[in-house]
Amino acid sequence: MSMPQAFKRFFHPALMILLGLVGLYIVTLVYATGESLLACVMLVTLACFIWIYSSPKTYAYRYLFPGIGAALIFVVFPMLYTVRIGFTNYSSKNLLTFARATNYLLEETYRAEGATYNSTLVAEGSHWRLRLEDADTGAAFVSDPLVLDPGKPQTLKPQPLTAPLPGEEMPMKDLIEHQSFLKGLTVLMPDGGQIRMTGLREFAPSRMQYTRNPDGSLTNNQDHSVIRPNPKSGFYETSGGEKVQPGFQVDIGWKHYVDILKDPGVREPFGQIFLWTITFAALSVMFTVSLGMVLAVLLNWESLRFRSVYRLLLFLPYAIPGFISILVFKGLFNNNLGEINIVLGNLFGIKPAWFSDPFLAKTMILIVNTWLGFPYMMVVCMGLIKAIPQDLYEASAVAGAGPLTNFFKITMPLIIKPLTPLLISSFAFNFNNMVLISLLTGGRPDILNTSLPAGTTDILATFTYRIAFEDSGQQFGLAAAISALIFLMVAAISFVQIRATKITNDDKR
Amino acid sequence: MAIVIDKSQRWRGFAAHLFLIALCVLVMFPLLMVISISLRPGNFATGKLIPETISLEHWRFALGIPSLGPDGQMIKPDLPVLLWLWNSVKVATISATVALFLSTTAAYAFARMKFVGKKAALMGLMLMQMFPTVLALVAIHAIFSRIGHVFPIFGVDSHWALVLAYSGGIALHIWTIKGFYETIPAEIEEAATVDGATPWQAFWRVLLPMSLPILMVIFLLAFIGAIIEYPQASILLRSQDKLTMAAGMKQFLYAQKYLWGDFAAAAILSGLPISIVFILAQRWMISGLTSGANKG
Repeated sequence: MSMPQAFKRFFHPALMILLGLVGLYIVTLVYATGESLLACVMLVTLACFIWIYSSPKTYAYRYLFPGIGAALIFVVFPMLYTVRIGFTNYSSKNLLTFARATNYLLEETYRAEGATYNSTLVAEGSHWRLRLEDADTGAAFVSDPLVLDPGKPQTLKPQPLTAPLPGEEMPMKDLIEHQSFLKGLTVLMPDGGQIRMTGLREFAPSRMQYTRNPDGSLTNNQDHSVIRPNPKSGFYETSGGEKVQPGFQVDIGWKHYVDILKDPGVREPFGQIFLWTITFAALSVMFTVSLGMVLAVLLNWESLRFRSVYRLLLFLPYAIPGFISILVFKGLFNNNLGEINIVLGNLFGIKPAWFSDPFLAKTMILIVNTWLGFPYMMVVCMGLIKAIPQDLYEASAVAGAGPLTNFFKITMPLIIKPLTPLLISSFAFNFNNMVLISLLTGGRPDILNTSLPAGTTDILATFTYRIAFEDSGQQFGLAAAISALIFLMVAAISFVQIRATKITNDDKR
Repeated sequence: MAIVIDKSQRWRGFAAHLFLIALCVLVMFPLLMVISISLRPGNFATGKLIPETISLEHWRFALGIPSLGPDGQMIKPDLPVLLWLWNSVKVATISATVALFLSTTAAYAFARMKFVGKKAALMGLMLMQMFPTVLALVAIHAIFSRIGHVFPIFGVDSHWALVLAYSGGIALHIWTIKGFYETIPAEIEEAATVDGATPWQAFWRVLLPMSLPILMVIFLLAFIGAIIEYPQASILLRSQDKLTMAAGMKQFLYAQKYLWGDFAAAAILSGLPISIVFILAQRWMISGLTSGANKG
């Protein structure tokens, strides 16, 4: 066997082993930081990768792996993870994982007794020296020159100051910038004491607030009390039941779902928003499809002139990015400054409060959504009408039928069936049309007397968004639980849609 | 068809034109207004729909050109419109390239190969498409903030996080490309295989060059999809100079800081190119509209 062949034969396995080892090393590093879930996902991905790209039996999967992998990790996994979060108390109060919350507490320090030092940083070329002066005795000490690298914590051993330092002191503004570096410093004084930064210009002895005990509880070194993690509340608690910040994430079972059903503070806004979501989606579909269908019929009328001009102009709303046209309408509808109210004011002397009256706000949303959505329906209907055999209309003309009869007896019955799956998908799209609502009204005007951020124009998707990201409580857990319920509704809609599509396809055969 | 045009038909035509013209006016009104607003001085409505004096102040703002403030100092616009536009283009270009790579390879396997679980995988992709990512925002945020603890470059407030988040949304692209591959006779690749090409070479050297048109369309659609994506961008990007156009634009219209004129200029600046690209992409793939592409 010649060298290149041997090389070829061993290159692939060698590469796989090398990649596997590098991957395992990275996974170990990730696991060491405490992100076990991430490490787990990476390990599974790595194992699949090695298996698929080394076994000859899995050749087809080599083409699928990157795409399907990305879809599984970044689309399917987040959805499952949403359901999982719905069973936890994840929120701004219980933000950290248990391991991170524990580490946070173990890094807390408190000011111990001992001498306090006033600190300054004095320049020496491109380096800095830390100068410490005993606040009581005035004895001064100085460290070796150091580089301000926040990357690694350093230990300094300053010596008594013999001659005054010539360099300039660092101003307050720069001190604030280098705070994180200074916080990482441990200073061992010549008398054996250990001091840390306690203020921007102050170093003092400081000790670790907590020590971990073998049973998982933490002892407070200051007052020798013991705090224990409570897996029900998601906090470390003192023996008296007092909660110690920060909290951590724990499972709370079906609590959020029970709240949605029973707690009036959640149930009432949820019910109201659910009804509006359905109304909004249904009316949006109805308006866009009626307008689109009428236009499609008109634009298919052969003796009508300038048809292509109309078609191009009427198609425009579909081509403009949604986030731009929605914001344009937000400005145009503005109660006091918007151009629409100026026109209405000049013509009729009225100034509707589009953004503060719930009914008008809903009307505005439907107007805007019809503007955005009818071109799609128009184009779809035009395609379907073209497929209707022409002799049907000739026969009805012989029978003396007018255009209205034609529309209701021939055109509509023939296109409504192939249109149904598209109508359902449009309903599903609008059911979760978060971009429209959050950019146009943000869900406002708000429902009164609720603790949750809930608006009269909110749909379920924006409701969860506001609970999770706009409220200071950031109740991710509750938001995820509501999202999980929306998943069920979407699943039901999709099921109906698949059935409708099947019926349509069967009819075609 | 009836040749004789009677009176009622003429009236009908007249009414149809009237209706269509009225609708076109309604459709064009916001678009023409935006142009007028971007050219009139000041950020507040003046009561006139057609500006009497043309002012380029809003365009200077959108283009980031410093202007003379009331106190005689040069003021730099505080919303970096061009930077946002650049961020959008950057994220969209990278994620469209990634999407193209991921979906062409997967579609090849679906169109040409036999393997266990093919039907289920295709069905799964279809189902996946029905559940919008909007519903998983909480988890997406949690996932990327956790990734950020270990790999800050892929964490929250990074463009790479957004690229990764977008890379999963390729189900529709896979279906479209698969459909296109199936219109190309497999015999062409088989001939290449007979001549000694590996399946990968047959794919890369023979099939891909023939599918260039569909690849262009998919690239453009993925590109536009990433540019107009708002929900994920708004939760994954935080700092002012990281935002994309879609996530940043709403900052013009806060009640306490209402920059209506500046918004209009920025809207035209970013909206016009995207709309033109979109119309071109639609022309190239007319069937794409009926295949269920809903607009976001």
